[in-house]
Amino acid sequence: MTFLSVTDLQVSFSTEDGTVKAVDGVSFNLERGKTLAIVGESGSGKSVTSQAIMALHTGRGTTVSGQIELNGTDIVTASEEKLRSMRGNEMAMIFQDPFASLHPFYRIGSQLAEAVYAHRKVSKKEAKAEALRMLNKVGIPNPEQRIEDYPHQLSGGMRQRVMIAMALINGPELLIADEPTTALDVTVQAQILELLAELQAEFNTAIILITHDLGIVADKADEIVVMYGGRIVEQAGLHDLFYKPQMPYTVGLLSSVPRLDSAGNRLLSIGGQPPSLINLPTGCVFNPRCAAKNPDIAPRCESERPELREVGENQFVRCHLDEEQREKFATTRLAEVLEGE
Amino acid sequence: MSDQEILKVTDLYKKFPITKGALLKKEVGSVNAVNGINLTLNESETLGLVGESGCGKSTAGRVILRLLEPTSGKVEFDGTDITALSRSELVPLRSQMQMIFQDPFSSLNPRHTVGSIIGAPYEVQGIKPAGGVKNAIRETMERVGLNPEHFNRYPNEFSGGQRQRIGIARAVTLRPKFIVCDEPVSALDVSIQAQVINLLQDLQDEFGIAYLFVAHDLSVVRQISNRVAVMYLGHIVEQASRDDLYTHPYHPYTHALLSAVPVPDPKVEAKRERIVLRGDLPSSINLPSGCVFSTRCWQAQDKCHTDVPELQDMGNGHKVACHFPIMEFLGTTLITGPDSGVTAQPDRVVPPPSEVLQSLQSGRATRPKGIDYAEGEKPI
Repeated sequence: MTFLSVTDLQVSFSTEDGTVKAVDGVSFNLERGKTLAIVGESGSGKSVTSQAIMALHTGRGTTVSGQIELNGTDIVTASEEKLRSMRGNEMAMIFQDPFASLHPFYRIGSQLAEAVYAHRKVSKKEAKAEALRMLNKVGIPNPEQRIEDYPHQLSGGMRQRVMIAMALINGPELLIADEPTTALDVTVQAQILELLAELQAEFNTAIILITHDLGIVADKADEIVVMYGGRIVEQAGLHDLFYKPQMPYTVGLLSSVPRLDSAGNRLLSIGGQPPSLINLPTGCVFNPRCAAKNPDIAPRCESERPELREVGENQFVRCHLDEEQREKFATTRLAEVLEGE
Repeated sequence: MSDQEILKVTDLYKKFPITKGALLKKEVGSVNAVNGINLTLNESETLGLVGESGCGKSTAGRVILRLLEPTSGKVEFDGTDITALSRSELVPLRSQMQMIFQDPFSSLNPRHTVGSIIGAPYEVQGIKPAGGVKNAIRETMERVGLNPEHFNRYPNEFSGGQRQRIGIARAVTLRPKFIVCDEPVSALDVSIQAQVINLLQDLQDEFGIAYLFVAHDLSVVRQISNRVAVMYLGHIVEQASRDDLYTHPYHPYTHALLSAVPVPDPKVEAKRERIVLRGDLPSSINLPSGCVFSTRCWQAQDKCHTDVPELQDMGNGHKVACHFPIMEFLGTTLITGPDSGVTAQPDRVVPPPSEVLQSLQSGRATRPKGIDYAEGEKPI
């Protein structure tokens, strides 16, 4: 049985300006011990997808449909009681801003212990011991003293470590990390990513890593989902995505990132702006910015929404271009980037 | 790029006093944000100023424009010492030096139209361009990729990338010679980031602007800079031409920084070793004695904890402030080399600095053996 399987997930919010379809028909699977990266720009629906998995969309005017099966339990239809027992226990989440996600009035020790009480019948002493063990595990120096600290007494990297400790204290099988290192410096980012990888190996956790940084993806992901305008536009294994990208948007992303290991050729940027979710373009959502569009195929791109189709082993793409056209575009674009290196 | 020097910063300090008491304020200490930095910048050149948060890079940028008063030191712009000028004497010079801010939301007044934001410099400076202010503004808007018809719109009607273009248009309205860019692309999406970087480069080519590019993203800095200075706790620890710095850095901190940046290429990533620094940045209220990096440096010796290293020139204008610069050109192997990843060394012997210098002067650059790159441990 698949550990996590998401099928045809749809999330929409009704707003004053109309209904926003933030996520439209997202499907993917994830096994234990693996890392799935969701890549996309702001407004692509990557965070909304992950919040749907944690069943955090409870507001009025929000509709979630489709199926999210975690260990055989459907999260979309599960009762609130069932969800409470699952959150923290079977699935947990760490957020981008560790300062906003820790309570400023409580000592970190009691916040960690609370996570233990919520799911296990343990004494105060045992809960504290558990908190201490976890702080030790995430590499906080002097945990005996630090456990009495308030969040503001810790640095950003330390706070993110506390968040990770809290998320993993009950040994969840699924960890969702929503931009876990975006607010941190690069050297601290390296520490936190190492820590996540170590803990993943130890607990065999499945990780959904949401990020916009393709460098982190290249370092940590097994499978990648690229989202644009609320849809999956490409889905592939790590090497296929980086070396055989199919979707013009993925190619555009790869060629527009400045790289540490290459000297300043002009970046090939993607023109235009990401689409507004209220007023999506007709046809392919990427077509107004697509550089691969040619006159022969343009009418189709502008009128017909492409389906996600399988183009290789475990590689899916949402594009009207045929294989030859896609390949030609990808190779010429990426060659332009590498030119002169 | 020309050799005409436009900016010279000498021994610049900025301290923020910490006071106690309400009436009789007593100074009990200070945050040492910038501690004696020296920089030069030529016409149409880009100098990247990199470092982690709290290293003083943004403060340095602001002090150089005298948006903050320096504690001591000299900033010469086009031959004039601007630290000696009064506020009113400074105003005409402001048309020559401008700033682009990080946050495209808070740096634009929401109640002003785009036209009046971009045209404000004309009003402040009392300049009347030929052909009228309106036409000049429209021309600038077009130049930075904004639709001139949006002249009367308000900032909230624009996306993040377009707002950053408005901020850039405001900065280049008077065609300045020098712009401090404070993290101009870090709030933008990847695809938009590339557009803005390209725009900044085009404007530089066209108007010959010199940039001081303050950023934490080393990949972006490599893309745009001619020279790069690395800051740590208010000090410049290394400064070199772009390619020298990225391919053979000398300072251990630069090595650690470069190794921490992930590269969007799985095959390269799989072969790289990370130098993981232990601990956090020390407080800039109590700076470490000796070398500021000594508390986190894996090759620090007794000397590093007591003696402050001076910036020394290693040739070709490559300057480093370190008692034990790393001589082997790890940079190349670390970053681009497919088959020579850095591995832990078995024996840990670090030669005395005199030997290192000697071998350097004689042209036989060898590297101190025994650096354990796997962890931030100190050698025995």
